[in-house]
Amino acid sequence: MRLSGQEQNFSEVIKRRMLVFTALIIAFFLFLIFRLWYLQVIKSDELKLMAENNRVRTVPLKAYRGKIFDRNKREIIDSRPSFNLSLTPEDVKDIERVLSAIGSKIKIDTERIKREIKNSAPFQPVIIKRDISWDEVAFIEERLLDLPGVFLDIEPVRNYLHGETGSHIFGYLGEITKTQLDGLKISDYRLGDFIGQYGIEKKYEPILKGKRGSKLMEVDAAGRELKILRQTDPDFGYNLYLTIDIELQKEAERLFEGKNGALVAMDPRDGSILAMVSKPSFDPNLFAGGVSKPYWSNLITDDHKPLQNRAIQGQYPPGSVFKIITAAAGLEEEVITPSGTIDCPGYFKLGKKSYRCWKKGGHGRMDVHNALIQSCDVFFYTVGFRLGVDRLSRYSKGFGFGNLTNIDLEGEKGGLVPTSDWKESVKGEPWILGETVSVSIGQGFNLVTPIQLANMIASVANGGKIFKPRIVWKMETTDGNPIEDIKPEIRGKLAITQKNLDIIREALYGVVNDPRGTGRASNTGAVKVAGKTGTAQVIKMPEMEEKKDEDVPYEFRDHAWFVAFAPYENPTIAVSVLVEHGGHGGSVAAPIAGKLIKSYIEGHQSTGAPEHQ
Amino acid sequence: MNNKPIFKYQLISNFDWILFWLTIVITAIGVVAIYSSGWAGNSNSNRIYIKQIYWVIYGLTGMMLMLLIDYRSMERFAYIFYVVTVAILVFVAISGKSASGAQRWVSLGGLRFQPSEIAKIVMIITLARYFDDRKIRGLYRIRDLIVPAVIVLIPAVLIAKQPDLGTAAVLLFIFLAISLFMGINPKSFLILSGTFLSSLPLLWHFMKDYQKKRILTLIDPKADPLGSGYHIIQSQIAIGSGGYTGKGLLSGTQSQLNFLPEKHTDFIFAVFAEEMGFIGAVVLIALYIILLMKGIDVIYRARDRSGALMAAGVISMLAFHIIFNIGMTTGIFPVVGIPLPFVSYGGSSLVTNFMAIGLLLNINMRRFKEMG
Repeated sequence: MRLSGQEQNFSEVIKRRMLVFTALIIAFFLFLIFRLWYLQVIKSDELKLMAENNRVRTVPLKAYRGKIFDRNKREIIDSRPSFNLSLTPEDVKDIERVLSAIGSKIKIDTERIKREIKNSAPFQPVIIKRDISWDEVAFIEERLLDLPGVFLDIEPVRNYLHGETGSHIFGYLGEITKTQLDGLKISDYRLGDFIGQYGIEKKYEPILKGKRGSKLMEVDAAGRELKILRQTDPDFGYNLYLTIDIELQKEAERLFEGKNGALVAMDPRDGSILAMVSKPSFDPNLFAGGVSKPYWSNLITDDHKPLQNRAIQGQYPPGSVFKIITAAAGLEEEVITPSGTIDCPGYFKLGKKSYRCWKKGGHGRMDVHNALIQSCDVFFYTVGFRLGVDRLSRYSKGFGFGNLTNIDLEGEKGGLVPTSDWKESVKGEPWILGETVSVSIGQGFNLVTPIQLANMIASVANGGKIFKPRIVWKMETTDGNPIEDIKPEIRGKLAITQKNLDIIREALYGVVNDPRGTGRASNTGAVKVAGKTGTAQVIKMPEMEEKKDEDVPYEFRDHAWFVAFAPYENPTIAVSVLVEHGGHGGSVAAPIAGKLIKSYIEGHQSTGAPEHQ
Repeated sequence: MNNKPIFKYQLISNFDWILFWLTIVITAIGVVAIYSSGWAGNSNSNRIYIKQIYWVIYGLTGMMLMLLIDYRSMERFAYIFYVVTVAILVFVAISGKSASGAQRWVSLGGLRFQPSEIAKIVMIITLARYFDDRKIRGLYRIRDLIVPAVIVLIPAVLIAKQPDLGTAAVLLFIFLAISLFMGINPKSFLILSGTFLSSLPLLWHFMKDYQKKRILTLIDPKADPLGSGYHIIQSQIAIGSGGYTGKGLLSGTQSQLNFLPEKHTDFIFAVFAEEMGFIGAVVLIALYIILLMKGIDVIYRARDRSGALMAAGVISMLAFHIIFNIGMTTGIFPVVGIPLPFVSYGGSSLVTNFMAIGLLLNINMRRFKEMG
């Protein structure tokens, strides 16, 4: 077969077209090589980093928070493991399907989850639900293979072994807020972390929290962990040992059943807080996995303010308890002598105004000893009047009133010690003598907190030493290595001679043990108790003045006070009790103090717990 | 004439060993890449390179078949092949096995096979026959192209419906290449191009959602990085992170940790480029260029028009596959399922490509006038 002329011609034409064809192919390939050059050489570093980010994932390892023990090393707060159901959005191919599969068994807030997925940083897991139940864990475990990107994450959750007991001391944890996070300069907290928001949990957050660890791991495209590249183990938080006696604390709270108020029990030898009650209280366990909205709004709208720690934040007039200060000041300033008497006709005349004694017929001639025992108002009106408000306020401050006790808890209030200057500057009015008369029996502008009164009576008990109240006495590592011991700290000494202090102590013994004593209800016979009653008047309508307590509406009833220490000769416990709107100190507050002291003294003997630290 | 031996010693001496060995070398690279892509996988996927080796044997058999039968005999039976192929495609459309939502497969004695792959070779032979029969003076005008267009469109539409847009596009491209090769009237070409461009919106209208997404993704892969943009982004990360020299065989994190999708089939080039780097990728491309140039040489040297047309069809098919596949993995073409010849895992495509090379060798061997 020969090529015809036409064929010959065709091959010439073809040769030209072939050249174009070849050139096109070469051009495309050059373009591809250029593209490869761009990706593999020019953009290589950037894409290498992206490949690394695909492959390597850092997972934080949560630290275990330190445990909290009581003075006898009984565990009060620990952490239990909980399961959080989480997902990594990048690993979930079909969010809708996965969420509806989970939602078929577990109640979840789909809206919130979707919002968080939208806002989450790349490869940051989003928590679907915290602290899920065992049933729910089992449900998820069975289906894990069908739920790519979903995983269970073990997180320690705070466990308050005694429920509501001591809730105001221990406090609670809460998810860190945006404001808190922004406020921290160098922070190893992240959004979603739990942080101490109240009480010891807050105050000792840096000690308790431990240190987060991290795990650098290689993952595949489904987010499965293939190998650990590097791991930094988390550090345990330090353990705290409180001065609280948890059994005494429970007893104190039992005694407050059905009442609102506060109680502070302290060891007068070193200022250690043995028990601290504030009622009403809350359950910190309900905060552990994130507080629910209804519970939280109940707490903050409740008129009785359960979140307030009345022991350090509640400010009340001290009532007749203040007579201890008036007596001490009178003796020291020698406006009265130990045996000097003042006549009580049932009233005290100042100009045109007359101030009544609580005993209408009057007490007759009273010395300081009997005046304290029977809480004679007229005697102390007279002493206060002789002293004047400014001298009185000096002693008041000497006992620690008007100042923070500096207990290691958040939000303490300082109370108020009125002076003439204070009135001038705050109210813009001159001091009136009649106000001195009110102040000298603890009414009027006087405001104190239960812890201040406990500290005051402790200083009377211990011979004049004013301690900084101590609530934590030891910090240890989880292996028991000491971190820090917190030693008792004396902040001041009463400017009162031993002789005068003894006069007051004897009188306070009489308050409880004398047949005419106002605090006899605290006498349980188990131990020699000394104390002082008080009634803090609540401002009320004049028509209620003469009524019996039971007939006055609750919020207008007076607050009942009682302060006490025991045993009389060698005190180991000092107590202040406040029952809000409880009426008279002698009948309501004194029995609580008496019972608490009794159980403390007996508990000590029976358990043989170690002496104060 | 009829009792002539079909195979003569002279033919063996004209055998293009370079073309043959190039094919084998590139295929071997493919087997290694497939081996690597299945390395870290589960037990099912790490044996696929062995399957690929079996397919190579089938491929060599197919190549042999294409060698032995004179291409002119094939041309003679072109329309029969064509009708049978269309019939099979119709059969597949009705009853084919569905793999990932697409009806592409037929079972042949236990082997699953994609008839659309073979359709490419049949198309090349059929078009060669058509244009060889209908020689015209000068350049082709639109009306001269209507009949071959219909010939192509019947299988192309059937394949596009499977849906396998990539292979349908290959058929159209083969038609375009052969037509251009024959010479199209410039005016006609302009009209055709204009019609094609203006019908694009209509084409868009008939595309399925995922197909639209793939095209949009090319424009902005980061719009949906976990959805339709995922393939294209991960593939570019794999290739780019390979750098100059690559991460080493079996050490590509993108492929070994499964970030790379479809890694043993359509995205095998990304596996190779990640582990072998720019240098490896350029070497592979260079091998392809040499292969194609050898093929173009066959066109030049073909003894007749039908041989030249068939060779041109084969070359344009292979070039289209290579360029489109690498372009897709490097993010310059949309994600269309077009395998990389000789390298991607997949029996039908491997056998077809081996047969295509067989056809080239066939044309090359028989380029001289027979003696005696």
